[in-house]
Amino acid sequence: MHPSLALLTWLTDPWTEALTRRALLEVVLLGIAGGALGGWVVSFNLGYSAESLAHALLPGLVGASLLGAPLLLGGAAGLLVAAVAVAVAGRIPGLDRDTAVAVVVTALFGLGALLALSPDTPAGLQGLLFGDVLGVSDTDLALAGGLVVVLVGALTVLHPRLLVIGLDRLSAPALGVRTLTMDVTVLVLLAVTLLVAVQGLGNLLVVAVLIAPPSAARLLTRRMAPMLVVSSAIAVVGAVAGLYLSYYAGTAAGASIAAVLVGTYLVLAAGTAAAAALTRARTRPTPEPAGAPA
Amino acid sequence: MHDPADLTTPTPPPATAAPVLLRAAGLACGYGAGAVLTGVELTLRAGDRVAVLGPNGGGKTTLFRTLLGELEPVSGTLERQARCAVVPQTERSRLDFPVSALDVALMGAVSRLPWWRRPGKADRRLARAALGQVGLAEHADRTFGDLSGGQRQRVLVARALVQDAPIVLLDEPFTGLDAVSADRLEQLLLQLADEGRGLLIATHDVEQARRWGTVLCLNKRQIAYGHADVLTRSVLEATYGGEIVDIDCAVHGHHDVVLPAHHHEH
Repeated sequence: MHPSLALLTWLTDPWTEALTRRALLEVVLLGIAGGALGGWVVSFNLGYSAESLAHALLPGLVGASLLGAPLLLGGAAGLLVAAVAVAVAGRIPGLDRDTAVAVVVTALFGLGALLALSPDTPAGLQGLLFGDVLGVSDTDLALAGGLVVVLVGALTVLHPRLLVIGLDRLSAPALGVRTLTMDVTVLVLLAVTLLVAVQGLGNLLVVAVLIAPPSAARLLTRRMAPMLVVSSAIAVVGAVAGLYLSYYAGTAAGASIAAVLVGTYLVLAAGTAAAAALTRARTRPTPEPAGAPA
Repeated sequence: MHDPADLTTPTPPPATAAPVLLRAAGLACGYGAGAVLTGVELTLRAGDRVAVLGPNGGGKTTLFRTLLGELEPVSGTLERQARCAVVPQTERSRLDFPVSALDVALMGAVSRLPWWRRPGKADRRLARAALGQVGLAEHADRTFGDLSGGQRQRVLVARALVQDAPIVLLDEPFTGLDAVSADRLEQLLLQLADEGRGLLIATHDVEQARRWGTVLCLNKRQIAYGHADVLTRSVLEATYGGEIVDIDCAVHGHHDVVLPAHHHEH
């Protein structure tokens, strides 16, 4: 076989089945959404919140799956319980906010894992932990598509105001930007994105698509709008590369995607650090020879 | 030496024909019910450059937030005849945030637009023109965090210009600037005042305040407001809560230096 034809076969082989084509569409959609929203999650220092929300909705997902209810509904209920629990725990005297969140999230995640891994639970629930991108339904795809439309629309409209808060939160009210409204909006978008993405990418790995692409994009761009576009592009390319890795190496899809995305960031970070060091070394003035006249 | 009675009867500012932009009477400012600053009586006219003097915690920030409408007056009246913009300290901005100088200037347009509207072409022209006015036209596309402190301060002034506010509050804009940058900023502020804006400028530099003509001294209450002549030793002592010592310096000439209040308590 001609080498270029062999490459073509290698590239198209994974997508001969409907199952994998749906997985491809799902990760492309989630890559666009996660990469774009992730830019603001990183800029607003919401990485910890994203991780916490993703873990805290696990018992809701497991509960819904045990009851045969829609996972989306269960996840939403799980988020609501987590929000109330965090608010209550935050009021315990002597417990700071981060610790309160950690306690609540760990408790809820533990409860979810206990339910998911008990011998009486029907099989397949580990998909909630590590994702089951090959098992996405038409409803999942429609939800992911809807998420992309809503998210890109909201982020486009709110972009100027989010920029104001990102630069200097304290001065935002003087520029007519309501910080509380914007914070709640970003957190709601984050919660919805997690709910939709968690079924494909899994509870433990969904945060990778929100954090790694924007961190990598930040190294390559100097303005926010291009950074969000590059972030989405990295997320999409990384997610598709993860599916190839999964297909040819026989590794779990969610874990492969997370590995490729985090790997991309690490390679870019090392590369830009090396380039910066090289520039410094080149521009450093040559030292005056000792004893030269001043 | 002025009589200490100056403390209780602030000299009214010289009457001019310029329109009044802002008038406060018996104004008390604070958070919720507790007033942090009381007895504010001031009239700001177009073209005024008012130096706001006072110790940290003396009420400068609280007054600014009240004038901006972020805080409701605790008591008294506040009449604003025009929009009010603020130039915050550049140290508060996140320097690692990926925005250009033009992006920052353009933020001024946000306050004039409803929440669903994005700044358009006309706003971009306005932002570029404002950057030109502060002498940064050629730096419009540079990253905000890469600019010098003085340049960043001028970008924030440009943002206030894009807001098109006749009243501009500046929060210690000279902090951390070298002499050249400070001179440029001072020229710019003079220009803004000449265009008919009213400026309230928080500063720690008493000599600078004397040059600008009008001073507002705050220390939990209004100590004095009026022509720089009100800056007597007793007014400065009441403003900074300390004791003034005269220092004759071979390089800088005669200077008043405030000793902190606790200095003579033991």
